[in-house]
Parts: sequence; C-alpha cells; structure tokens
Amino acid sequence: MEPLEIGGRKLGSRLIMGTGGAANPAVLERALVASGTELTTVAMRRLDAGGAPAVLALLERLGIEALPNTAGCRTAAEAVHTARMAREALGTDLVKLEVVFDERTLLPDPVELLDAAEQLVDDGFTVLPYTNDDPVLAAKLADAGCAAVMPLGAPIGTGLGIRNPHNIEMITASSPVPVVLDAGIGTASEAAQAMELGCAAVLLATAVTRASDPEAMAHAMRLAVEAGHAARGAGRIPRRFWAQASSPVIPGQDGQE
Amino acid sequence: MEVMDVWLNDDRREVPAGTTVAVLMSEHGVPERGVAVAVDGAVVPRASWATVRLVDGTRVEVLTAVQGG
Repeated sequence: MEPLEIGGRKLGSRLIMGTGGAANPAVLERALVASGTELTTVAMRRLDAGGAPAVLALLERLGIEALPNTAGCRTAAEAVHTARMAREALGTDLVKLEVVFDERTLLPDPVELLDAAEQLVDDGFTVLPYTNDDPVLAAKLADAGCAAVMPLGAPIGTGLGIRNPHNIEMITASSPVPVVLDAGIGTASEAAQAMELGCAAVLLATAVTRASDPEAMAHAMRLAVEAGHAARGAGRIPRRFWAQASSPVIPGQDGQE
Repeated sequence: MEVMDVWLNDDRREVPAGTTVAVLMSEHGVPERGVAVAVDGAVVPRASWATVRLVDGTRVEVLTAVQGG
C-alpha cells in the first residue's frame, strides 16, 4: 500500500485512530497496536492537580504521532485558541479542527468551521477539518488551504455507517486534498466502503474502543481499510440489472460464443 | 509579604505579588512537557514562563492532552 501523504507527512497506515472511549490504558494500547495506526487523536483538557499527560507518553512509546483535536469548541475563536494551546503543548502544527453546533448532534457548524480553518491556515497550521458530508463545504475548506478534508459518515459515536455514500463519492471525486472519512463508522464493512468510495483514509475511535473486543475490532478495521483501498485501486465491475453468466451456459459449450 | 489573587483553571489562588508563570506552575506540580499555558487568553510559550509576571486577577489556563476524539 503506497503511503498516505497529509501535510508533508507520509503515513504507512490509512487508519487514523482516536483514543476516546477506551475502558483503560491497557485496552487502548492493545487496540492501537492491532490497528497499525501511525496517527492518533488526543483531546485538550484542563490539567487536574498532579495530573500527568499519560496518553502522550503512551503514543510516544508506541511511536504514534499525536493529532490534537479541538473537540468541545463551539466557535471559531474557541477552536483557534485550543489549536494554539495544542501546538504549544505537543509541539505539532497538526490539528484536527472540530467546531460543533450542539451536543445533541455534534454536527460541524459550517460557518464557524470555515472561519477557524482560514485563521489556522494563516497561522501556519496543518489543518484537518472534521466537516459535514457536504461537497460544497469540502471544496471551500480545501480552497482555504486545509491539508485534508474529513467528512462524517454519520454523527460522532452513532455507528450508523455512511449515511450518504453519494455525497462522500462526490467529495472524493473532486477534492484536491486527501479525503478522510471521519465519524459514524460502526463496523469493518463500513470502513472498507469508505475506502471504496475513494477516501484516502478512515478516522475512527468509538467503533474500536467501545467494541466488545477492541483489539480484535482494531485488527478488523486495519484489514478493512487495506481491503477497501485495494478494491478501489482494482476497479470494481459495473453494476448490471440482469444476470451475466460466469460459467458456460450449456454444458460443453463456451458461454462466450 | 504582599499577596494577590490569580485564577488557575478557574480556582482562586493567593500568591506573592509579582509571581511568574514559572513559579506558579512549579508550585502546582505542573509537568514541564505536554502542557500549554495561557494568561488572560493568550498562549505563553514555555520559554517565556520565567519572565511573564502575573498581576492581581490574572486568569491562567493550563491544558494538557487527554484521551479523546
């Protein structure tokens, strides 16, 4: 599998993981290793007294690059501030930009998102925006200088899969930057579908961390992303309405005659 | 000793007047790596912790990375 290039980085794995929802650090570690990921999200929160950034130590030990997000931000101003804090804390220019409209849907606020993306690109960030499955917004984010666009398959944590595959395919068909399917994946077939639709990578967390066996699901997701990517490259057959025999029609005769 | 109040992640702390960011962080056991500090909403780079002095009523925010996303 050729490497994924995002923001000048080359990643051997096309599965970007999240760390949220894992029952404990040991489960998370086994899942991350099984996923084969090289890039994994972390959130920024207030430091509790005596708290240590344990998740960073884990990622460092596993050789996985941290991708800070701006989860919890509702305005462009909040997201820009959180991104700048993340850059200072982690020493990275990467940011998964999230600006959500409300807690009930966690859907991206397109107006605030685009505003924040423009400010962060100007400030030198490598911006990976979590966006709606809207081809117009995706085009505007790419035009603003984002290093990738990350449309949702379904709302965060729902596991509903890819609700509008045609929109995702319209985005991948015209995007000048890599498209990462972010959020909504519930099981491996949906990760494979994202890749078959032309996505460059898949970002998921809940589907693995809250699975009955996170390590096994992480492994399944790794295989699914690789299989979907390979299938996309192989070129699927056109859909047909009627059957087309794949064996000779009459025994002893060549079906092609 | 002259003292003042600052706000550390919204908790009020009484500190000596003229306390620097570096001293406040050290006294609260904030680790050197993996954290970011903002003073009244502006990021203070690690290299400036020792020179930025707090004044009465300053709001100090300390963030770190946690599991998420």
